[in-house]
Amino acid sequence: MSQSYNRGLIEDFSRWREFEAGMWAWIFHKFTGWVLIGYLFTHIAVLSTAIPASGAETAVLQAGNDVYTQTIVSLEGLLLVRVLEVGLLSVAVFHMLNGTRLLLVDLGVGLESQDKSFYASLILTGAITVASVPTFIAGAF
Amino acid sequence: MSTQIPKQTEKTEETAAETETEAPSKGDERRAEKRRRADERRRQREVEEAEKAAADENTVELRVFRYDPDIEGKQEPRFDTFHVPFTKGMTVLDALMYARDTYDSSLTFRHSCRQAVCGSDAMFVNGGQKLACKTQIDELEEPIRVEPLPHAEVTKDLVVDMEHFYDQMEAVEPYFQTNEYPDGELEEQRQSRENREKVKMSTRCIWCSACMSSCNIAAGDNEYLGPAAINKAYRFAMDEREGEDVKQKRLEIIEQEHGVWRCQTQFSCTEVCPKDIPLTEHIQELKREAVKNNLKFW
Repeated sequence: MSQSYNRGLIEDFSRWREFEAGMWAWIFHKFTGWVLIGYLFTHIAVLSTAIPASGAETAVLQAGNDVYTQTIVSLEGLLLVRVLEVGLLSVAVFHMLNGTRLLLVDLGVGLESQDKSFYASLILTGAITVASVPTFIAGAF
Repeated sequence: MSTQIPKQTEKTEETAAETETEAPSKGDERRAEKRRRADERRRQREVEEAEKAAADENTVELRVFRYDPDIEGKQEPRFDTFHVPFTKGMTVLDALMYARDTYDSSLTFRHSCRQAVCGSDAMFVNGGQKLACKTQIDELEEPIRVEPLPHAEVTKDLVVDMEHFYDQMEAVEPYFQTNEYPDGELEEQRQSRENREKVKMSTRCIWCSACMSSCNIAAGDNEYLGPAAINKAYRFAMDEREGEDVKQKRLEIIEQEHGVWRCQTQFSCTEVCPKDIPLTEHIQELKREAVKNNLKFW
């Protein structure tokens, strides 16, 4: 029986350090997937509070006094939100790149280099995240 | 050196000898005394040897999982340390055998051929599923932790219950079946070279259960066939000699709820396989076969 026997600490001690690339990829993919789902619902919740802006006068919209612009401006004014934006981007980029990797795995392409493609997607994610920092953080401090 | 148990047995021996002193003859007494002394000497030698080994630089330190449900003092899992003199080309199995033969004869583990063919000695060595007989000591970091395979019930020390694994292997009917016979009665069922190449790697499985133990999905889903069984299914489903009818039957087994679709391509099985079978690749190919078999655009 593979799951019923509890060996206590022995069962999970010194286990996670020994994961190979494919396992890390799976864990990160799960994690980023859940983060993206969480973000999606927050996104819907925040934006739906700004729906009344659609009924606003043109003059109000042009002056930037409508509820939509106000919501976005006040949110982006927070340093925390700016930092979270960078986090969101990195999470989304990794999920996309690893998703492409999994697509190739499903098609049976390059299974011998699956670990390299995982490292590549990690590095690429890092590079894109770093490159995005000026855009997201500019003017936040 | 490894347990407190020998002391207990010594005590019981002594009390037994004391109570017996009234009745038995002098010869019995002498023999008992002799036995006790021999016992003591042996134990002392063991201790000395262990101390010498521990002091010696060219020894390897093994930390071995111990557990024995039948003996009261050993029911709590623990780790025993053994210092084994290193010899060139020593494998983990060699070290374990040395420890068993020299220090503690109760150390229990399976082994048979010692050359990575029988598949009896898959263990969890330094946090990875390894075949003890083909894992070189000098490639490992010390101290070497040797545990029984994870996600399996431990019978004793390093021995795990393999029954569930064998059940899963049998579930895919791992034997050649066909209803397509060649014309002549004495004709052979020949396999093309290309087809043999295709199934070659999958035939190398030695049923050691390392992949099953490493699989995260198999750990959480007891009904999942597991990498080894799916690989076996691949070996026969891809064999052209079996014919279309049998292949359909095989695909039905493979694509059931707890079949190939449970695999989430973590590649753990492929990493640990001591025979280097590309398990994930085979599972993925069977997934595609299953899809192709069911997709109809007309």
